[in-house]
Amino acid sequence: MVEITLPKNSRVTEGKTWPRTSHATNLTEFKIYRWNPDDGANPHIDTYYVDRDDCGPMVLDALIWIKNNVDPTLTFRRSCREGVCGSCAMNIDGTNTLACTKAIDDNKTPLKVYPLPHQPVVKDLVPDLKNFYAQYASIEPWLHTVTPAPEKEWKQSHEDRTKLDGMYECILCACCSTSCPSYWWNSDRYLGPAALLQANRWVQDSRDEATGERLDNLEDPFRLYRCHTIMNCSKACPKGLNPAKEIATLKKALVDRQV
Amino acid sequence: MAELKAEPTAGGRPRPISPHLQIYRPMLTMVMSIVHRITGAALYFGTLLLAWWLISAASGPNAYANVEWFMDTLVGRVVLFGYTWSLLHHTLGGIRHLIWDTLHGLEPADREMLTVATLVGSIALTVVVWVIGYLAMGGPR
Repeated sequence: MVEITLPKNSRVTEGKTWPRTSHATNLTEFKIYRWNPDDGANPHIDTYYVDRDDCGPMVLDALIWIKNNVDPTLTFRRSCREGVCGSCAMNIDGTNTLACTKAIDDNKTPLKVYPLPHQPVVKDLVPDLKNFYAQYASIEPWLHTVTPAPEKEWKQSHEDRTKLDGMYECILCACCSTSCPSYWWNSDRYLGPAALLQANRWVQDSRDEATGERLDNLEDPFRLYRCHTIMNCSKACPKGLNPAKEIATLKKALVDRQV
Repeated sequence: MAELKAEPTAGGRPRPISPHLQIYRPMLTMVMSIVHRITGAALYFGTLLLAWWLISAASGPNAYANVEWFMDTLVGRVVLFGYTWSLLHHTLGGIRHLIWDTLHGLEPADREMLTVATLVGSIALTVVVWVIGYLAMGGPR
């Protein structure tokens, strides 16, 4: 169901302003969502000043700088720092993206950082993505075959392989799914853009022999058809993929097999 | 598939939901999707208006005079103008979704262009319809 407001325990309040480091002249203001499971308080927005002369160019650099120099309790996920792991997905300046590939200077200041939208919060910028991963598992993201396995590998022509371009690159960062209003209101039943893009990745795979069953599984008013082509997913994807197009491809495949 | 709920904290507190609509930057296609919904809902009321007009026309001159009086008031004109725009906007939006369903116009520049075209087209067509309407009536009364 559509929710315009947040439940009482999720309303965001004004937090504290952390002191500037002395001698710094080139400062950028950050407003960051904080929630601590242990202190009993509502989520709040803390203000930090980042010394840009002492900090790398990306938003992730700034978060690490704050953690090292101002507030060691600031909690966020990060790993590869080059846009291949998807750990540091968060809402930066109003859109979902990866903190490691988003330059600080490409945003309005004060720079607002929130966790991925409409997810349960574990702590600060860390969302609970259990449901997201379960949805990915539900599309059975592995090769299904009935013919006996060949002696060596399952072969695929170059042409068939290119059909997976634009899908195999997905890093499951959840930027797209958590940008989608339809997913916000119906994540209990709608699979969301990431899981659907992955579903199409297997539907389009020339080696897969369960295309019919895969499409059967998606023929549902919610699982697939809650997509209303709002397109936030395609705008958010930090890898430049087009989940909305892959979902449209699935919808068309469902129509095509009936005519 | 049932949604997997997040586990509460060690202290048993439910976890907050991170902000969504409140903080997400309005995207053109997202706003237009919302407008498509709103105009769709408005069409229910517009259809009632249309039914009222037809029923009164069938009922006789007295009933029709009531409708005519209402449509002549400023409020009546504004409602009618809004209905015209809602109908045209929702129709063009439907065509846009139909194009997307055929896997056309889904690339970044195309989908923005189609979305802007829906908005500009609906406003332009509404003005055209009203100009034609007034001309047919021989100017505003």
